[in-house]
Amino acid sequence: MTQDATRVSVPVSGSPLTSRLRRIGWAPTLGLLAGAVYCLIPVVWVLVAATKSSAQLFTSFTLFPGTGLLSNLHDLSAYRNGEFWTWMLNSAFYAGVGALLSAGVSGVTGYALAKYRFAGRNAIFNTLLAGVLMPPVVLAIPQYLLMAKAGLADTYWSVLIPSILSPYGIYLARIYAAGAIPDELLEASRIDGASEWRTFRSVALPMMMPGLVTVFLFQFVAIWNNFLLPFIMLGDDSKFPVTVGLFTLLKQGAAAPALYTLVITGSLISVLPLIALFLSLQRYWRLDLLSGAVKS
Amino acid sequence: MATAAPPPRRRTFRLAPYGFLAPAIVLFSLMFALPIGYAGYLSFRKIHIQGLGLGPGSRSEGWAGLSNYASALSDPELLNGTARVLVYGAMLVPVMLGLALLFALLLDADKVRLRAFSRIAIFLPYAIPGVVASLLWGFLYLPTTSPGYFLLGKLGMSGPQLLSGHGMYVALANIAVWGGTGFNMVVIYTSLRSIPAEVYEAARLDGASELQIALRIKIPMVLPSLVLTFFFSLIATLQVFSEPTTLAPLTNGISSTWSPLMKVYRDAFVRGDIYSASATSVVIAAVTLVISFGFLKLVGSRAYGEQQ
Repeated sequence: MTQDATRVSVPVSGSPLTSRLRRIGWAPTLGLLAGAVYCLIPVVWVLVAATKSSAQLFTSFTLFPGTGLLSNLHDLSAYRNGEFWTWMLNSAFYAGVGALLSAGVSGVTGYALAKYRFAGRNAIFNTLLAGVLMPPVVLAIPQYLLMAKAGLADTYWSVLIPSILSPYGIYLARIYAAGAIPDELLEASRIDGASEWRTFRSVALPMMMPGLVTVFLFQFVAIWNNFLLPFIMLGDDSKFPVTVGLFTLLKQGAAAPALYTLVITGSLISVLPLIALFLSLQRYWRLDLLSGAVKS
Repeated sequence: MATAAPPPRRRTFRLAPYGFLAPAIVLFSLMFALPIGYAGYLSFRKIHIQGLGLGPGSRSEGWAGLSNYASALSDPELLNGTARVLVYGAMLVPVMLGLALLFALLLDADKVRLRAFSRIAIFLPYAIPGVVASLLWGFLYLPTTSPGYFLLGKLGMSGPQLLSGHGMYVALANIAVWGGTGFNMVVIYTSLRSIPAEVYEAARLDGASELQIALRIKIPMVLPSLVLTFFFSLIATLQVFSEPTTLAPLTNGISSTWSPLMKVYRDAFVRGDIYSASATSVVIAAVTLVISFGFLKLVGSRAYGEQQ
């Protein structure tokens, strides 16, 4: 694909205008469309499969819509008195509250690391960052055992608290604070007699907001998509987030294929909030922060 | 915290950063340092059984020395799992980053149509949970529900068996490629966009083709972000857990110890042996840290974007 893509777009020597007209850009466009189709296949499949009744699922052509969408939704809502919607609400709670707290903690931490010079600054930053390298299972098992000792295992807290500290969020917030807040403004606020906290609240925080929205989004997706932590921490079905809930449904489906249609419909619904969030807040997906490139 | 302290100002200024850092430090101590320390402690403990191990008091926890480590390291399943993850990673990482780089270069090419649509479509899988992605692909791998097998069947061919034998590696790597390409593409694309246009103009004046510009200018200039994405992909590969766990109910080809982390989970929660699970997880954490720091050392420390 690369070969073709570039061969077509080789500029013809001559005046820049004619060479530009000759370059159609079909090859890179088709290359990208191939990628887009590959990425959309499972999404299209789940959209179609969710419309099929369980009889149609295994018999009709897979990309031909069925007639069962409404009854699938009805069955899914009726499954154990609407447990699926409890899972969705749980996910919204874990991801919403967790990401909000995470953005707050990342914000103050990143600000302090970017804007103050103090003993142990780099040691603290590197230690916090090393957390990202810890395999989640390695952390989650002793976390679970300690939560159990504290009587917190199988509670909402057991999923929420470990989700707050995000090494990644701190890294992003530090880079953002360093690039977006001029030192002179902080100095001016201090000269005006504002306390350090007030300077942060009223000068730094508003300037960091776009960066913190990014942290919130990343963390929201990370918590919504997290499987391992709730899988280990929770035993009670009614506290499951939707990822763990769907997994348990799938496991039962191995014995009762009728549940497969519920799994498929549930999968579709579970990704809708994320896709909506993703499309509506596109300008906040600041991945340039990752490579440390902030234009201030 | 910092608000409570009145003037003198110099003093508050020096204490303020610690106040700001307090929540993160407390959370880190409770949720990272303490659990890791506890896992380290457990890895040297075991249950001593007296007599038949029945009745109260016959089972007590005591020191185990290095016996948990000896049995963890000599367990062939850990080595086999590591080997499986290495094969999986060797397929996944080059394909994913190769595609991410290719798509980023295509997005950056001149005269591309439907640029925004393609960028969003390729990035979209990032928003889909690994569990749901595995589930969707799992159904696409099942001959009874997959459109691919249906079409191949119409052509009188049978598709490859992706849910058994060596096909499993392809099946799992494909899920991760699907989920990760877009994210890495956007990271690389963003750094491509930050290259000043004059660089290309100079090269074009010298008669360089678009291919030459891509190979000789663009790729070397985005090397730092390629290194970064490689590093994150490597860590994610070593930690693979959700995808094989989710595919497992659809096939007999994934054992409960397919990846090292799955083995740790099984040992801790299915077998209830938290001591040997802790020893194994300490070994995995140590290997991850050695690889990570070795890699970072090799690449050289990065600046964090602020003026010293």
